[in-house]
Amino acid sequence: MTTAYPAPNAEPQHVEGHEKHNLTGFIIFLCSESVIFLAFFSGYALLKTSALDWLPPGVEGLEWQMPLINSVVLVSSSGTIYLAERAMAKGNIWGFRAFWLLTMALGSYFLYGQAVEWSGLQFGFTSGTFGGTFYLLTGFHGLHVATGVGLMTLMLIKSFIPGNYNGGEQGVQATSLFWHFVDVIWIILFVLIYVWQRS
Amino acid sequence: MTLATFPASEPKPSWTRYFSFNTDAKVIGIQYIVLAFFFFLIGGLLAMIIRGELITPEADLVDRTVYNGIYTMHGTVMLFLFIFPVLNGLNNLLIPTMIGAPDMAFPRLNAVAFWLVPIFGVLLMSSFFVPGGPAYSGWWSYPPVSIQNPLGHLISGQGLWLTAVALSGVSSIMGAVNFVTTIIRMRAPGMGWFRMPVFCWTALAAQSLQLIGLPSLTGGAIMLLMDLVAGTTFYDPAGGGDPVLYQHFFWFYSHPAVYVIILPVFGIFSELFPVYARKPLFGYVYVALASFIIVGLGLIVWVHHMFPSGVAEWMRNLFMFTTMLIAVPTGVKVFAWLGTLWRGKLRLTTPMLFCLGGLFNFVFAGITGIMLATVPIDLHVSNTYFVVGHFHYVIYGAAVMGIFAGIYHWFPKFIGRMPYEGLGKLHFLLTFVGANLNFLPMHPLGLMGMPRRVSSYDPEFAFWNVLASLGAFLLGVSIIPFLLNMVSSWVRGPKATHNPWNAIGLEWLLPSPPAEDNFGEHVPVVISRPYGYGLGKPLVEHQAEIEQALALAEQQEAAR
Repeated sequence: MTTAYPAPNAEPQHVEGHEKHNLTGFIIFLCSESVIFLAFFSGYALLKTSALDWLPPGVEGLEWQMPLINSVVLVSSSGTIYLAERAMAKGNIWGFRAFWLLTMALGSYFLYGQAVEWSGLQFGFTSGTFGGTFYLLTGFHGLHVATGVGLMTLMLIKSFIPGNYNGGEQGVQATSLFWHFVDVIWIILFVLIYVWQRS
Repeated sequence: MTLATFPASEPKPSWTRYFSFNTDAKVIGIQYIVLAFFFFLIGGLLAMIIRGELITPEADLVDRTVYNGIYTMHGTVMLFLFIFPVLNGLNNLLIPTMIGAPDMAFPRLNAVAFWLVPIFGVLLMSSFFVPGGPAYSGWWSYPPVSIQNPLGHLISGQGLWLTAVALSGVSSIMGAVNFVTTIIRMRAPGMGWFRMPVFCWTALAAQSLQLIGLPSLTGGAIMLLMDLVAGTTFYDPAGGGDPVLYQHFFWFYSHPAVYVIILPVFGIFSELFPVYARKPLFGYVYVALASFIIVGLGLIVWVHHMFPSGVAEWMRNLFMFTTMLIAVPTGVKVFAWLGTLWRGKLRLTTPMLFCLGGLFNFVFAGITGIMLATVPIDLHVSNTYFVVGHFHYVIYGAAVMGIFAGIYHWFPKFIGRMPYEGLGKLHFLLTFVGANLNFLPMHPLGLMGMPRRVSSYDPEFAFWNVLASLGAFLLGVSIIPFLLNMVSSWVRGPKATHNPWNAIGLEWLLPSPPAEDNFGEHVPVVISRPYGYGLGKPLVEHQAEIEQALALAEQQEAAR
């Protein structure tokens, strides 16, 4: 079978092609992902405000000093990833790699700090809704931090493939967006869990 | 004007592609639809068992606990394995062709999203064979029933149910990201938002709802799974938890899920009424925008499912109000369709009959919906057969009939052959009579006080139950002419031309069936609004030449 079409007058119109789809799709996904956190946050708030005895017996509350250091680390990593992206935009690939690696180090330190905090706690996942929500929220967020570090590793490896990042890289932009997202979630989480201690 | 001739004589693609990891949206669309109808038969068989049990007042056909498992699985299969997949199938077929895109934005992600469906389908079906049987806490899986694991096995029907629903969520989110990105970024040149077909508007609205609502159910289900297997007490009052919290998570998604289902069906109505009434869609802009008003309002009505669950008085009043408000954008659409039909030259083809029947049922369901939104009525009929009747009118009476309309309408385009009209009309008659006979008696039953989810009942309810069961069996029979029609017309139906219904739209400017990349590089430039029936304005540049070329190719094909 042969099918005849009128030829287009100008160049093919799909020149724009797939270049920007990935980033659009990723932003849409992030918007959706934020609703899970919204659900967990509102569930936490509801359980906390309606609880008769929020803290399990023998637990005084949460230490906030170490998580605060952790917060500073994570928030500053948002700055370093921005610097990495800017270096990339200027074509400075080694500058990008340096700041990217620094961001990965800060993210890993955050995970380490989280693990240290968990191991020193007096309560577990099944210690009432207090323990349940604490580990659920910090664990689910930690999973996102780990995913972010994983994505960064992937992008770092890709940066060594010649010619890969010549025209800017959507994967880098997407990872960076994801990292800022994880950061903002942490700030809300920190306020909800560590700052808001009195119920 | 030059004519570029394409040697489109690729070898006829093999049928085995339907059983492979194929990334063509048109193949994936058909995969979705065929698989969905496979599960439709399973869900339908479960419905036959339910109605067989209910034809007599005594619990005599199946054991009571088995009955609990059967209605739970009936609801779950019909929603997560039939209606969402079949709609995603239509989305896959229609979105790229309607907007002139070669494929979806992320073809591989699309295929992964599809192949998750058989995986979680098998997972869900396997729960029939685990100790303790399938999940039995109803399709909404409320705690505390759903967080009990009396046998103590790690693999329980409820656990498998949760895993399957979670996988379904992953698949739906992948699909939604894909559909939204495709509609936003891959429209044909000249196709601004207000030149986009209403089906794409409604698909965009429905998929946005998936993206906003579904994560709430995912979050709630993660916590439910933790309660079930890890010993947390999120929903267990004994440990400070709150079972109503789950209901919020569940309905924040599952109410909008109704709109995820019905909005694309509104899209089908809006596409088909103009074709078969030969008139432009009345109030196109308002019909398109009303979809997004429904999205906004649909997200703030969920508590109306929880009026008897001990929610605060102010919440009841607020959500009664928002629920009633949703009748406004819906009414805009209904009146727009009536305005389209008004003084049109109606052609009563099979798809048109299904549309008219679906619209009739939808209006009825809308009226009982407003009744249910009213707190004093709802408190009395909640958890009775009135609710069951109401939502079956929406889902089967309106949505499934609309889906059938869509299938008959676009079958020639994507299969390349015409479905048989006689069988189609028989299918319509059996479906319309069967659905009304099945679901109408549920309303008096509910008002008389018959609770849902029971396998035995007071003999005074017997008369209406016998009627409902007869209707259900009629519905069971109605699927036979449909399957017969689909299989026989696929194999040896008359060849379809590129535009057998004389419809306007980019998809009708493609050969039937379209080439793998649809228009390829030669996407026509859209120059006017859709649905220009009787206006004499072309939809795209060089429309006459394109149609001539298609007709010429068809003649050559026929001559061979």
